[in-house]
Amino acid sequence: MERVEIVTEELGTEADGTRKQTMMLNMGPQHPSTHGVLRVVLYLDGEIVQEAVPHIGYLHRGIEKLCEDITYQKCLPYTDRMDYLASICNNIGFILAVEKLLGIEDEIPPRAKVAEVIMFELGRIESHLIGIGANAMDLGAMTAFLFCFKERERIYEILEMVCGARLTTSYPRVGGLPMDLPEDFQDTIRNFLKIFPETLSEIDRLLTRNRIWIDRTKEVAVISKEQAIDLGITGPILRGSGVPYDVRKATPYLDYENYEFDIPVANEGDAYARYLCRMEEMRQSLRIIEQALRNLPDGPYIADLPDIVLPEKELVYTKMESLIRHFVLVYSGFETPPGEVYHAVENPKGELGYYIVSDGTGKPYRMRVRGPSFVNLQALPGMVKGRFVSDVVAAIGSIDIVLGEVDR
Amino acid sequence: MTSPPDPVDQIREKISGYILSESTFRGEITFIVKAESIVECCSLLKNTLGFTYLVDVTVVDYLTVKFPRYEVVYLLHRFGENYEENLKIRLKAALEQDNPAIDSVTSVWSGANWLEREAYDMFGITFRGHPDPRRILMPEDYDQFPLRKDFDVRDRESSKRSFERALDEGRE
Repeated sequence: MERVEIVTEELGTEADGTRKQTMMLNMGPQHPSTHGVLRVVLYLDGEIVQEAVPHIGYLHRGIEKLCEDITYQKCLPYTDRMDYLASICNNIGFILAVEKLLGIEDEIPPRAKVAEVIMFELGRIESHLIGIGANAMDLGAMTAFLFCFKERERIYEILEMVCGARLTTSYPRVGGLPMDLPEDFQDTIRNFLKIFPETLSEIDRLLTRNRIWIDRTKEVAVISKEQAIDLGITGPILRGSGVPYDVRKATPYLDYENYEFDIPVANEGDAYARYLCRMEEMRQSLRIIEQALRNLPDGPYIADLPDIVLPEKELVYTKMESLIRHFVLVYSGFETPPGEVYHAVENPKGELGYYIVSDGTGKPYRMRVRGPSFVNLQALPGMVKGRFVSDVVAAIGSIDIVLGEVDR
Repeated sequence: MTSPPDPVDQIREKISGYILSESTFRGEITFIVKAESIVECCSLLKNTLGFTYLVDVTVVDYLTVKFPRYEVVYLLHRFGENYEENLKIRLKAALEQDNPAIDSVTSVWSGANWLEREAYDMFGITFRGHPDPRRILMPEDYDQFPLRKDFDVRDRESSKRSFERALDEGRE
């Protein structure tokens, strides 16, 4: 992608004497199909895109800078606000990175791990529902979008039940879960597992063989395997181009190696292939949730690590030592060994990596977030070059970006 | 039966000419390499050793903690045969405080484009030979580098100036 300087360029004269020019079209930052505040400057020859230049940063809040001044636990709410369609996945990714830095992965109780897997996969389904639904709505399929939203609501209800918040979950803690799972957790999830496949097949019936949907997505926004790897693209886009890379299999975390699931791969590399990958990933997520639910152990939900985990509330109110410990943990945080770690999780949109540099104090010296949306968005100019303006809409939808994560 | 050779040993041997030092923490290997030959080192890693996927490029500012002040961090990933190996290594190149500059690796991985732009935007590191060296997240006329450790977070003047300029442009 070279820098584009052209604003208008003479393209010659038509037979009737009208002059032809390149037109510059500003798509966004306020445009319904740019999924937030993405601005794409399009240089058009008629309706053909000659060059697309994305401009980002409208939602930049400086999360990496903010995190340098607060304790690790207080960074957690900021991670909600990156990929806010799957906040729970961001949260878990961050917590795992801090646990890796502390070297306490082996002390996390199994109940917490399994619960985190369930929540992570629910987050994936939630994000893919929006990805597919919004992509479909941009291309005119309103019904599919409403079906997706109806189902997402059910997931939000589960999230609310478990962690008290719907969108900004801030859920796990370093060391495990902040509270035990609610009593009717298993029944609710089982109910969801029963209902959701039906909706999934309804979406499938609405889109997969829909003539208009196929026309609008097949051979649109194509990216080859080599290009995708070269650009560092991950997630369903990479898998839609034929690379079976999934962090859950490549470098398993949360004991993902013990679960049975497949990585859907398609070779076409177009928007339709990505749609098929996302649909199949949701089915695989259901498989994982089912297995996790079957193996959900009883026992403690948070590790017994007094230096890291907050003491129980009851003890804080009755015991002096616990009160002091609580105070210290909230104000200066737990100490971390000096060093640096990178921990990646397979977020719905791709590889989400946290690179934490610690200087031994309770606050991260540097926290870098490798957001999948940011890297994946680089593919847009190549995908839409020489295509129609309406394909730009399909391309943005199929890349499935969240600007909160692009801009951070 | 001999155990298979450690892949990290092979990598170390191949790029030994570029390595200044190395460290391991929590099972992650970090090579500190010569900043002036970063492109040669990276193309060797990509073309001969199969590190086709550049995960991340970022910078850490060690204002007073370490000397030299900046470290540019590259995170590379190798899929391996049949996408089964999945090895990650980290490269670091140290840069001086005054006019920090390093060659761009966009010629090796085109995905480095935005990552290096962000590193410039946040830390003011110049990437020589970058095809599109603009700011990416901050306004184009912004004159600070926010993620530097000596950035004054209470100083709102530069953002105010940018904002007012944008307002003026909007009114015209």
